[in-house]
Amino acid sequence: MGGTTDMMLPVPLSHYLAVSAILLVMGIFGIFLNRKNVIIILMSIELILLAVNLNLVAFSAALGDLAGQVLTMFVLTVAAAEAAIGLAILVIYFRNRGSIEVEDVTLMKG
Amino acid sequence: MIAQLAFYAFAAILLVSAGMVVSARNPVHSVLYLVLAFFNAAALFLLAGAEFLAMILVIVYVGAVAVLFLFVVMMLDINFAQLREGFQRYLPIGATVGVILLVELGIVLGGWSLAPQSAGLRAVPIDPNVTNTVQIGRVLYTDYILLFQASGLVLLVAMIGAIVLTLRDRTSSRHQSIAAQLARTPADTMELLDVPSGVGTKGLGFLRPKVKEPAKVAHDDHGHIGHDNHGGHH
Repeated sequence: MGGTTDMMLPVPLSHYLAVSAILLVMGIFGIFLNRKNVIIILMSIELILLAVNLNLVAFSAALGDLAGQVLTMFVLTVAAAEAAIGLAILVIYFRNRGSIEVEDVTLMKG
Repeated sequence: MIAQLAFYAFAAILLVSAGMVVSARNPVHSVLYLVLAFFNAAALFLLAGAEFLAMILVIVYVGAVAVLFLFVVMMLDINFAQLREGFQRYLPIGATVGVILLVELGIVLGGWSLAPQSAGLRAVPIDPNVTNTVQIGRVLYTDYILLFQASGLVLLVAMIGAIVLTLRDRTSSRHQSIAAQLARTPADTMELLDVPSGVGTKGLGFLRPKVKEPAKVAHDDHGHIGHDNHGGHH
């Protein structure tokens, strides 16, 4: 698989893809594992986005196309904005409720 | 050869530290492992030839996002042992979903191939004679200018949103009341008296202030961000 003429990767593309697939699964696993701790959930989302970026960069280098790297930069921007907003919501949630347990969110009705 | 060994070393550290992020007992350790994961991902970017993005990853993620996480973890006074109660309960479902997803990704990974005409379909072919940063700069401000501006807008909205969400009126802070300032007339605060010559100023009594000084505000409320109205937690 893979195997274009101008490959810039030190290892086959599938190795990069395997690393990023495991990273993505770890992020999703972290969301399930830490159901109560929103901070770890936000970090897991960062890991998922990092896996996406790794995929984009690997394909960009394997195909010799710079568009993937440009897109990676925009994903980075969105991830940074998301982290800032998520942490701000976390801070006001903690201020109002005194805990950050996500399972309590269902109490917030009406 | 060295590049391959470096790839496997960095990938191994990346995956181990990612596992520690989701399973560490202390969230501060989680953040530090996240920093390690970002550093190793930056190394993988570097090995793939994306030098600019590797540096951006270190600056933006390690320098800003991870430090932001660290601030929030340390600012919030949380009983973290209590937060790990559901850990065992959610382990089976998390493992099931993770294994299913990994198997699906493996199936996809084993079965795909590049289109034969993919070399001709490249949007921005990489020129090996130009450095990575220069090349990104050439397309980012020309072909992708709209996306670039839109991402700037996203950051602006995120900044305003975060400020609006966390801004809170403190009773101890003294705001400038511009309307009250502008509504003041000289007659409110100033009194013109005829002072006859040869008479002392004591008897006239103009030394008293006509407007009362504002009451002193207690200053014992500072430095307790987010601690004031959570009831009965500890």
